[in-house]
Amino acid sequence: MTAHLQGHPQGHLRVRPVGRRGLLVEVDDAHSARSLAAWARAVSVAAVEVVPAAATVLFDGVADLEGLRARLTEWSPTERPTPGGLVEIAVSYDGPDLAAVAEAWGTDRDGVVARHTGVEYVAAFGGFAPGFAYLEGLPAELAVSRLDSPRARVEAGSVGLAGTWCGIYPRASPGGWRILGSTDAVLWDQDREPPALLPPGTRVRFVPR
Amino acid sequence: MTASLEVLAAGTLTTVQDRGRFGHAHLGVPRAGALDGPAAALAHRLVGNDPDAALLEVTLGGLEVRASEGRWVAVTGAACPVTVDGEARGHDRAEWLPPGATLRLGAPVAGVRSYVAVAGGLAVAPVLGSRSTDTLAWVGPPRVVAGSVLPVGRATGDPRAHETPRPRRAGPLRITPGPRDDWFADGAFAALCAAAYTVGADSNRIGMRLDGPTLRRTTAGELPSEGMALGAVQVPPSGLPVVFLADHPPTGGYPVIGVVVEDDLWRCAQLRPGDEVRFTPDRPVAARR
Repeated sequence: MTAHLQGHPQGHLRVRPVGRRGLLVEVDDAHSARSLAAWARAVSVAAVEVVPAAATVLFDGVADLEGLRARLTEWSPTERPTPGGLVEIAVSYDGPDLAAVAEAWGTDRDGVVARHTGVEYVAAFGGFAPGFAYLEGLPAELAVSRLDSPRARVEAGSVGLAGTWCGIYPRASPGGWRILGSTDAVLWDQDREPPALLPPGTRVRFVPR
Repeated sequence: MTASLEVLAAGTLTTVQDRGRFGHAHLGVPRAGALDGPAAALAHRLVGNDPDAALLEVTLGGLEVRASEGRWVAVTGAACPVTVDGEARGHDRAEWLPPGATLRLGAPVAGVRSYVAVAGGLAVAPVLGSRSTDTLAWVGPPRVVAGSVLPVGRATGDPRAHETPRPRRAGPLRITPGPRDDWFADGAFAALCAAAYTVGADSNRIGMRLDGPTLRRTTAGELPSEGMALGAVQVPPSGLPVVFLADHPPTGGYPVIGVVVEDDLWRCAQLRPGDEVRFTPDRPVAARR
């Protein structure tokens, strides 16, 4: 049934089937994914969920799959979403992996802080937990590996790195990210509107505390 | 005074559920909602509720509640002994729960999840547009425990004297291939549909884990995180598939070989560890018309 649809190029997009009522659209990177998702919301594409991720956008709860496929050809990957607001996050740089990251980057603690605070990040997508945002902005040469064995418990507010992603744990959970420090910022408050402090598109700066 | 249900015992796991929380997956919020949707809908119809009302999802019985006001109630889903102040009452039908009387659910003989609807619905405060509790991130009303007092809304409809139970569709779960079936060895999807799996003991509202033949991946490397659909059959490095249910994480990093048809997912709510599960390819759209 789906052989002819599998990875079928839809203009510049590759579209994969997801059940009876969904499509997974492959794009080049998280930036394009965020752009496509923002465009889809702006033009009110008929989907219950629009979920951008690292290099895809999931459209789920779609009544008219063919209509959506046709609509997607109107999107241009050169469209850039308007930048979101800027949020400053105060961090105590005292995390357990600071020394390991310093070694990987060929610097010391102050060098890690300078590099980590010297970048403006953008919340690319969420999904790991309510309020968690995958923050992009770290250059490729500063990519760090995940822990070989994840910690059973990473405290809420922990600021960590995995690859070139930066992220803040909204609540205590197991985790394999390299922890640089911690913040008191409340990433998720279901009584706040919007509940997420860093919805996709938000620009983020870290400042030492 | 607001009508309420006082919870005297909550069994293994009791949560408040409605049809789920939609439109927040991109923020990492699972949809949640009653795992056996048709059973929940039946319970609401029986007591005259709106289909969007909230009710109790009870895992393997053990619930005891006392009503502050007399209300029609209905127990559906996994068939279990139902009593009101010790007197036997029916399943899949409206029953009168007098003021101060105690409704008790025993352990089901088959199935896992029973639903208790009260005329007027549970009026706990909605969170992000829904009264469902998700057990992954615990968004929504808190887990129901002994001592919980749950407000009940004003009854608006009338109970149904008769209700035709839905046909219990037997047979394999229908599944569509993709989005990542090309990450597996040739014939892996057919192998999934040919094999018998059994429900794993660590299955829950997040996913139904399966034991059986492993599915071999041919694409190496990691899949960058991508959005996950309800019913997605995700295959972690163990090769053993997991069917994502209502509380599944909205994104994931393991390839999805196929997606179970949503109309069949309620059956996953009622399968017990050790029960057999089979899959069959969903018929193409043209053939369904």
